[in-house]
Amino acid sequence: MTSPRTPTVVNSTVGSRLRRKQAYIAWGFCLPFVLVFGIFMLVPLLGSFGMSFTDFTARDIRSPFAVNFVGIDQYTALFGDPRFRQAMLVTGLFVVVGIPLTMTVALALALALNSGSGRIVSLFRVGFYAPVVTSIVAVSVVWRYILQPEGLANQALSLIGIQGPDWLNDSTWALPSLILMAVWRNVGTLMIIFLAGLQAVPQDVHEAAMMDGAGGFRRLISVTLPLLRPTLLLGAVLISVGYLQFFEEAFVMTKGGPLDATLSVAYYTYQQFGFGEYGLASAASYVLFLVIALVSLVQFRLLRSQD
Amino acid sequence: MSFRIKGRTVTYTVLTAGLLAWLLPFAWMALGSVKNQGEILRRPPTWWPENPTGENYSQWFGHLHFSTFFMNSLIVAVLTVLGNLVFCSMVGYALAKMEFPGKKLLFATVMVTLMVPGVVTFVPLFVMVSKMGLLNSYAALVLPFLTAPIGVFLMRQFMLGIPEALLEAARIDGAGELRIFARIVMPLCGPPLATLGILTFLSSWNNFLWPLVAAQSEDRYTLPVALSLYSTGQNATNYGLLLAGSVLIIVPILLLFVALQRYFIQGVATTGLK
Repeated sequence: MTSPRTPTVVNSTVGSRLRRKQAYIAWGFCLPFVLVFGIFMLVPLLGSFGMSFTDFTARDIRSPFAVNFVGIDQYTALFGDPRFRQAMLVTGLFVVVGIPLTMTVALALALALNSGSGRIVSLFRVGFYAPVVTSIVAVSVVWRYILQPEGLANQALSLIGIQGPDWLNDSTWALPSLILMAVWRNVGTLMIIFLAGLQAVPQDVHEAAMMDGAGGFRRLISVTLPLLRPTLLLGAVLISVGYLQFFEEAFVMTKGGPLDATLSVAYYTYQQFGFGEYGLASAASYVLFLVIALVSLVQFRLLRSQD
Repeated sequence: MSFRIKGRTVTYTVLTAGLLAWLLPFAWMALGSVKNQGEILRRPPTWWPENPTGENYSQWFGHLHFSTFFMNSLIVAVLTVLGNLVFCSMVGYALAKMEFPGKKLLFATVMVTLMVPGVVTFVPLFVMVSKMGLLNSYAALVLPFLTAPIGVFLMRQFMLGIPEALLEAARIDGAGELRIFARIVMPLCGPPLATLGILTFLSSWNNFLWPLVAAQSEDRYTLPVALSLYSTGQNATNYGLLLAGSVLIIVPILLLFVALQRYFIQGVATTGLK
């Protein structure tokens, strides 16, 4: 009791040595990740930002000293390019039309499946989810085949007396066709997320509303949807991050055409890369990144408020 | 009560019709893949193949080198999965169970890069990989995806729930961190490892943009790259062949999905990030 200090001092030096040892071990655990992630993610991420302020072209891979700093010239060129503005419009339409459609279908499915139980529900769940796991390139091939002028879609329409258009070669219908396919492929994800959300809606709230004489539709509008709001928002953000990057559908089905009707920002970036305009491509990708980052920021807020 | 049962019957009838429509593209793909070119171009299209043929498939397995593309896809996917399982778990463990300077910064970086799309990094990545002389190599296809922030996040979240007492007991017994990680932590991590493995395999198998620019000759093409180049090249209207290719890409992943559906669906519901 007379010298309570000595052991504390000893403990703290032992403690700090232990702490330092643990720090080394911990960074040892992180090392492979830090290396790979640093080289293949952080460097390109910053590199892309840097390149967007230069006149970097394909030729400069061999002679990087010929690269000049050009300030915001690439961004000026980008927003001055009517094709980039078209790409932003197309991407915006894809998101603004695609998201509500996907969400509505997914919500309807989730509501229908939520009331049931057992094997039959899991069968439906698996079926509607199946397109999510498939390669976009592979399903784009069959959709292109279905949407041919005399393909399955138009044959079905002709049964009810409608002469369908040449979907993918018609500048009015090409984008709606791609949106339709995206809805088909992505509904499964949202359905699962919404189902999980619905299962968290407490049963007694429903019973209370039923006691008060609220019908099914009334309960949906006044009880279920408000309680589901965070899940709905989360789903919207998740899907929009994916939709903002749409590329493969256009690459395989329309090549961005006809007349740039399905040219997305990601596709524009890929094209500029193909032309060797790396500076411009980087600038375009950063504009897209900025939008996605903003959308993700909203998501973080939502996730946090959920906890 | 009978009203309710009736309502349910209506719901299930509508759902069944919807499901059939939903799966129709798959059926149409499978049926088209065994039609010959003459039948596939016929107007109006036939529903059931008149003379089912395996010719489209034998072309893929013959001069189109399907096995090369398949092996490329498989090698890349398996290596990517292994890398993610090991490396993401290691970081996840350090972040969940150890104290070290820089921890907060590391985790913040992981969270911030969670949503970085491939389209943002592929241009400088291409420049780097060409500079390294790795273009058109397996290393180029695998290395950029060997770890992923989503995996770190997933593993950390799960490992936070492992009781500290369990690790303390092992430490008192003199076990080193590596041993604790390998013998105690990893065996408990079955569920998140399964989810991470499946998510990674799926995104690698279906990955497109990077392999499209990084693989430059046929012997390095992955399946989606090969199919996309055939479908936009001279075979653009050879639908029998293209549909057979689609079937060959989709069937392995569908089988995997049906076998492991619980993990797929859990993965989506819990992470909500894929």
